[in-house]
Amino acid sequence: MAKEKMMLMGDEAIAQGAIDAGVSGFYAYPGTPSTEIMEYAQHSKDAAALNIHRQWSANEKTAMESALGMSYCGKRALVSMKHVGLNVAADPFVNSGVTGANGGIIVVAADDPSMHSSQNEQDSRILARFALLPIFEPANQQEAYDMAFAGYELSEKYKTPVMLRITTRLAHSRAGVALKERRAQNGAKLPENKRQFVLLPGIARKQYKTLVANQAKFEEESEKSPFNRYIDGTDKSRGIIACGLAYNYLMENYPDGCPHPVLKLCQYPAPKKLVEKLVKETKEILVLEDGQPMVEESLRGLLDRDVRVKGRLTGELPRDGELNPLFVRRALGMADICGEPTPAIVAGRPPAFCVGCGHIDAYNAIKEVVTKGYEDGHVFADIGCYTLAALPPFEVVNSCVDMGASITMAKGAADAGLFPACAVIGDSTFCHSGMTGLLDCVVENANVVIFILDNSATAMTGGQDSHATGRLQEICKGLGVKEEHIRIVNPLKKNHEEMVRVIKEEIEYKGVSVIIPTRECIQTLGKKNKKGGE
Amino acid sequence: MKSDIILAGVGGQGILSIAAVIGQAAISAGLHMKQSEVHGMSQRGGDVQSHLRISDKEVFSDLVPHGAADMILSVEPMEALRYLPWLSKQGWIITNSQPFVNIPNYPDAQAIIAEIEKKPRHIIMNADEMAKAAGNSRGMNMVMAGAASLFIDIPLEKMEGAIEFLFGRKGPEIVKSNIAAFRAGREFAQKKRG
Ligand SMILES: Cc1ncc(C[n+]2csc(CCOP(=O)(O)OP(=O)(O)O)c2C)c(N)n1
Ligand code: SF4
Repeated sequence: MAKEKMMLMGDEAIAQGAIDAGVSGFYAYPGTPSTEIMEYAQHSKDAAALNIHRQWSANEKTAMESALGMSYCGKRALVSMKHVGLNVAADPFVNSGVTGANGGIIVVAADDPSMHSSQNEQDSRILARFALLPIFEPANQQEAYDMAFAGYELSEKYKTPVMLRITTRLAHSRAGVALKERRAQNGAKLPENKRQFVLLPGIARKQYKTLVANQAKFEEESEKSPFNRYIDGTDKSRGIIACGLAYNYLMENYPDGCPHPVLKLCQYPAPKKLVEKLVKETKEILVLEDGQPMVEESLRGLLDRDVRVKGRLTGELPRDGELNPLFVRRALGMADICGEPTPAIVAGRPPAFCVGCGHIDAYNAIKEVVTKGYEDGHVFADIGCYTLAALPPFEVVNSCVDMGASITMAKGAADAGLFPACAVIGDSTFCHSGMTGLLDCVVENANVVIFILDNSATAMTGGQDSHATGRLQEICKGLGVKEEHIRIVNPLKKNHEEMVRVIKEEIEYKGVSVIIPTRECIQTLGKKNKKGGE
Repeated sequence: MKSDIILAGVGGQGILSIAAVIGQAAISAGLHMKQSEVHGMSQRGGDVQSHLRISDKEVFSDLVPHGAADMILSVEPMEALRYLPWLSKQGWIITNSQPFVNIPNYPDAQAIIAEIEKKPRHIIMNADEMAKAAGNSRGMNMVMAGAASLFIDIPLEKMEGAIEFLFGRKGPEIVKSNIAAFRAGREFAQKKRG
């Protein structure tokens, strides 16, 4: 029975698709542009009625591993994260290729080309290829939905995890999606092979051979996948491979149909026969892909002979950044269409702290200390709203690399003799990957001052709950920080002098200090008050 | 028909409620639609945009191509100018006149308005004021949606139906005051366009 279309963002389409394809558990840590997958599942009445697990994990690695545990029991799991989250989860992700799956597993990696909200741009397809796993890359919201079904089918057919790779544009764009009939969840069914998930070398070697042998089968699946389409054209001067969303930008520039033969490529490993046909029939190949030139590079090969390939590596398209209709238009050799340039009077408007945010008061105190009296001080910050203090008017942050790096970089700097070495980390980031670094500090009694900014939320990504809430002091104590050097302050203007005094005291203490400015994020507080009032 | 709209504003101003009304109306009129949004870092007071694409044919790109927008609809005057590269030669700029100043180097407001007035097709309106006059001090976005509606080939009752659909949960009073703001914007645009 066909139901009516729903307006869904790409993220939401994936979540609804998984629910309808019989998933039993969503696992994730927030990260733009993947966050709305879990949020949709959390708000879904269907998911609630079906008793589907849908709570945040501490980080992407714990999420990936929990998904693997659910798969172990024969049930379907979906784990979602932003591209850099996949780096954190890389260990279980890559090894999951070797264990394989029992119940189906879909790993959603949401890439952010052009770094709209990220510290780098990287192409998750390359990590999936590294792990030798099949990849789905939807061109639109409907495919994103349908690929949840196709993904679990493939995953269970070959007992392998699969990747569903999207980019920001699809994640956060809405369109109508037609829903399919819902599949039941799997019943519990433990692995037939009791050693499947035991990666001792003797077992892993055998399983790895199976994974390698499966590559040909995965390719065969790509050849006949409904998501990969060879669309013939009369003008054979050029053949075009359009991956995922790039297919839309191509068609946008040919409203009456593309004159060149096109291979729409949305499932990998790339179907060799279809690619070969395109190469045989056309004079040169233009590759359109968002992210890094993965397909282009593999076509070109090390020796770069025989086939003429154009794309990001030859300057037809920019080497980095997100694709758009204009860039594709240029690559097709068409004249630019463009409006007027943005007038010079328009000023940049970078993001900034919300008025009244507690981070402002915490930084005012930190800044006063490291600019008056402790000028050699450096502030190793982390990832979250509080990174905004790198911008004016604060400009007090010296680093922001990856989640958790504040504490460990401060430790390394203290080891090198830097004084004072301060770290600033948010409560959610601390639980994500700050705790182990703090333990390193405690073990060596490193001379660091660590600020854990506790706003009871994972604010930067939209105010999700934080695992730290109500537990921070206990965690620090448990990790071995001395109780008298765990200092709670209330970051308000009126407490400025007190905060400055506490910071100076802890800088003078030669050992591990943790200062916890504690005040809820204005945005989450506002939402709660609104809810209460309704 | 096709209507490509760039919605512009500052994170926190709520441009997505405009996209929701127009988008919902497009769906109920049986049209194709894609709408891309900005989530994440920029929502903290940075510049934000939404690309809204409506057509009676299949819509491919989630992004409005450069030079193709039929309208820039902005809830803030400087933000209206940021997206000129997307505006087509025949396109309209419809903008609220009230600046949202959250940066120290915000340009002279008069100069911004003068820059917009250089463009052949524009409507500049004090939507904050008009919302208040319509008895809905928080209805600025609906005033802007109303002004835009005049340029989009979707029947008025579908537009107002969309407001009812989206705000119905909050009660008939809220629906009524949003429709009042919407109509105020539409009437103003009607007078301006002539
Ligand atoms: C590995 C990784 N996962 C997720 C993210 C996305 N992310 C950026 S900031 C942030 C939340 C930070 O929360 P918190 O540390 O509590 O700081 P707040 O924003 O609340 O100030 C997240 C989840 C990321 N950048 N890297
Ligand atoms: S969202 Fe919360 S934590 Fe982030 S800047 Fe605003 S008030 Fe501060």
